Amino acid sequence: MPPAGTPATTEATIEAGRIRRNWLLAAPALALLLIGASGPLLIVLVYSFLEPGDYSGVIWKFTPRAWFEIFLKRDIFDGTLGVADAHLTIFWRSVRLSLLTTLITILLGFPTAWFIATRPRSQRALWLFLITIPFWTNLLIRTFAIMEVIRNQGVMNTVLLQAGLIAEPIQILYTDTAVLIGMTYVYLPLMVLPLYAAIDRFDFRLAEAGYDLYASRLQVLRRVILPLVRPGLIAGSILVFVPSLGAYVTPRVLGGGKNMMIGNFIELQFGQGRNWPLGAALSMLLLLIVMAALLVYVRVSGRENPHG
Amino acid sequence: MAERRPFSVTRLPGFTAIALVTFALLYAPIVTLVAYSFNGSESIAVWGGFSWRWYGIAWQNTAVQEATVRSLVIATAAAAIAGTVATLAALGTTRTDRFRGRTLIYVLVNQPLMVPEIVTAVALLIFFSGIRLATGYAGLGYLILAHSAFCVPFAYLPIRARLEGMDLSLETAASDLYADRFQTFRHVTLPLMAPGIVAGVMLAFIISLDDVVITEFVKSAGQDTLPTYMLGQLRRAVTPEVNAISTALLALTVLLLTMFFLLTRKRD
Repeated sequence: MPPAGTPATTEATIEAGRIRRNWLLAAPALALLLIGASGPLLIVLVYSFLEPGDYSGVIWKFTPRAWFEIFLKRDIFDGTLGVADAHLTIFWRSVRLSLLTTLITILLGFPTAWFIATRPRSQRALWLFLITIPFWTNLLIRTFAIMEVIRNQGVMNTVLLQAGLIAEPIQILYTDTAVLIGMTYVYLPLMVLPLYAAIDRFDFRLAEAGYDLYASRLQVLRRVILPLVRPGLIAGSILVFVPSLGAYVTPRVLGGGKNMMIGNFIELQFGQGRNWPLGAALSMLLLLIVMAALLVYVRVSGRENPHG
Repeated sequence: MAERRPFSVTRLPGFTAIALVTFALLYAPIVTLVAYSFNGSESIAVWGGFSWRWYGIAWQNTAVQEATVRSLVIATAAAAIAGTVATLAALGTTRTDRFRGRTLIYVLVNQPLMVPEIVTAVALLIFFSGIRLATGYAGLGYLILAHSAFCVPFAYLPIRARLEGMDLSLETAASDLYADRFQTFRHVTLPLMAPGIVAGVMLAFIISLDDVVITEFVKSAGQDTLPTYMLGQLRRAVTPEVNAISTALLALTVLLLTMFFLLTRKRD
């Protein structure tokens, strides 16, 4: 028992006890996450500054080589440094496909979220549930489902062939387009849900006021609606862009071996590539980009929407 | 010209059409996959009538049986561990004044939602391969540990939501009636937060069952779960057998989700 002091110190003691209790309650979760998620990230950082071992693993010798190797390569004949264009192709594909995925999910997701938010209240839960089911369905299964549709003997080509619209199956599977279709499909719910939350809070009297002032539908959309649902738009874009950039399953299944994205390239370094430090440096780079995107999101949403 | 609809502020031209097309696009591939799983024909391109044939073949495949059991063992263990630590963490971070480090706890707990899965997978591969080399242990423990960790935020969020919406006066009433702190927790707080815990554990279970990337990197030889087995089966096309397994997993997910929604539904 703590000795009874003045009322102020007793209060402080109780307060300190409460804080200690809170930390104790959180401790098992924090320990689990430090061992099973956050802590090992530090090992990756360390590994990115080591030399690759002969077969796999690392040699414990400090060198920033892996970080240079991301962008530069040494010519095997004359030893001159050049730009690692194979790496840049993969980065560019990842960024381009992720941006396109984000754009297409906005174009499809905004009207969809708007549609759900303008249903009668009793119907909304059902429409939302219809968005949520694909969201929680195994990503691999959804990627398989897209494969069934777009492969050469798949539903789409069979229907088009039988309708006489095409003479030969269109080769979509194992192209960048297939990866784009797949990522759009699997990440679409991540765009719709935050957009719905934003539109749901939108006060439709503001749109009404716009129309009363003779604004056209397009003007109301651009000047009234879009600025107010912007936090939802930014949240959705980041929620789609971040997993797209780090995608592994969808490009592996739909892109085949050739159309790698950063995620697959990282895996290669730990498999056949046998360059663990390069793989570690690439992972850290990916993590940095994602953290930067999340930081932008926190700052933007914090400024525009202090309660959300 | 068609009859003019009355002016509505909530209408934007073309939006309803795009939305309905989007819903159709969202479900068409899943429906196709489910339909193919009941195809009696050997060839994927030909419809050979309704049949349970591929379910029978998948059911008798020992590799599928082992992967299923392994998936269920890992998901059950991960959901139980994540559910327990998330419940404690939620009790420590809600219904209390802001304290130093609370934001840090939030960030750490939600960290698996922010870091790309491939990065965590690589980190665990390096970390666990070191431990494996040092101790020689190659059991399911690594997978259970990894799954428990990334399931924590999914268990934590519904439990926290439930606690935040809880009426504090009920606990006060219990202590007014001379219940000690343990009795209050056991007979008042815990029953009230139970739906949140059940919902959180169910989400954690689904997330663990679905994981591909981290499992693929962490598993030792012969430790396939259902998703990594399916990924490994993939050569040129999806086999009808994989369609059948996918459909069964899909049915389980929809069942759990429906229960989740009924549990967390707000009665307003």
